[in-house]
Amino acid sequence: MLSRRIIPCLDVRDGQVVKGVRFRDHVVMGEIVELALRYRDEGADELVFYDITASPEGRSVDRAWVEKVARVIDIPFCVAGGIRSVDEARAVLHAGADKISVNSPALERPALIDELAAAFGVQCVVVGIDSLRDVDGEWRVRQYTGDPSKTKALRRRTLDWMAEAQQRGAGEIVLNCMGSDGVRSGYDLEQLSAARAICHVPLIASGGAGEPEHFRDAFVDADVDGALAASVFHSGAIAIPALKRYLQGWGIPMREVREEK
Amino acid sequence: MSVVLVDAGGTNIGSVRYALQRLGVDAALTADAATIRAADKVVLPGVGAAGPGMARLRELDLVELLRSLTQPVLGVCLGMQLLCAHSEEGDVACLGLIPAPVRRFTGAPGLRVPHMGWNRVTARREHPLLAGLGDDEQAYFVHSYAVPTGDWTLASSDYGEPFSAVIARDNFHGMQFHPERSAVVGAKLLKNFLDL
Repeated sequence: MLSRRIIPCLDVRDGQVVKGVRFRDHVVMGEIVELALRYRDEGADELVFYDITASPEGRSVDRAWVEKVARVIDIPFCVAGGIRSVDEARAVLHAGADKISVNSPALERPALIDELAAAFGVQCVVVGIDSLRDVDGEWRVRQYTGDPSKTKALRRRTLDWMAEAQQRGAGEIVLNCMGSDGVRSGYDLEQLSAARAICHVPLIASGGAGEPEHFRDAFVDADVDGALAASVFHSGAIAIPALKRYLQGWGIPMREVREEK
Repeated sequence: MSVVLVDAGGTNIGSVRYALQRLGVDAALTADAATIRAADKVVLPGVGAAGPGMARLRELDLVELLRSLTQPVLGVCLGMQLLCAHSEEGDVACLGLIPAPVRRFTGAPGLRVPHMGWNRVTARREHPLLAGLGDDEQAYFVHSYAVPTGDWTLASSDYGEPFSAVIARDNFHGMQFHPERSAVVGAKLLKNFLDL
């Protein structure tokens, strides 16, 4: 049986891992390789690195650290940040990333998803969606969320975009529910469940994890394939081995990590 | 020992190379026929689609060369599928070194395609490639097409239906999962291949 995945997310800025609250006020959490190795040892199933200022600054991911991570890490990792073309994606994949994730650039030019899927296969192509509920009750997409001064609210409805992204060749969707991001009050189960109903590729929950129960709810109630979190792991508030034992206790299939070296 | 990675344009070549480096082997990346023929071990990595993968091997004029190899060969993910007879992905004839078909996962509620993540690998036969593989080990898979179980199956996995996780015939071997990204288990299986 396929295990559900626990995915620490490392936001990268200027070569270091940072974390904000509701996408603002970033503080430095540590060095990239050091944190990546720590999570690997603790049993993370996959890692995601977001070069959060790449897209707002109009540049692609810095490949040097991708290669550094690829050399030492023996679990899969995904890289996101300002990837705007097949050539930029190829450079990141050749540097050793297993998947690339596109967000703002795919909103700028949706055909990018088709091009990436044709070049590398859908299994490499993750579409990240930043979503917030507007006053009229609709979930809509946000763009350039890495820099609050540049963040744009789009008219595009989150679920419409999710359907289109899959049609174009997304092999996985990461749904960042911005209303719950960094505040540790739980994943947005209502939004995730609505997404699950139309999402036929793996769906990853993001934004809001604070307690082990939140992970359980995302897996059990919203049937997500993976749960992504940052601050609770960086701060040590939740340890991955204990989290996995807890989730296993609820019958959620998890990969066990043995101590052998 | 000389190990070569066949540079057929797969995007996971870098990660496979690093994984071999972690095992102390510096594998050369090559598309040169003489270098490949002279190697002790040949690894065919691959990520992408079967059609472009075969087209690339033809462009490099490596099809007959790969078919004629007698040293241990390991195909990883798409590389494994290219060793098989035929792939439904683009309806292409593959290298035909292992007489197995490659079929698309049908998918079902709760069975998302691609099959992506860690899944259990169960040994079906005794084989040196599987030495030390425990009863409950998981490896990392990312694929939409799979090889059904058959005579060629050394180890299987299950995603709605059983499918081949590790296959072999004569000197040709394949792993559907990514040993280079399967932590301790993956390193063990790669080491086993190097020890064949």
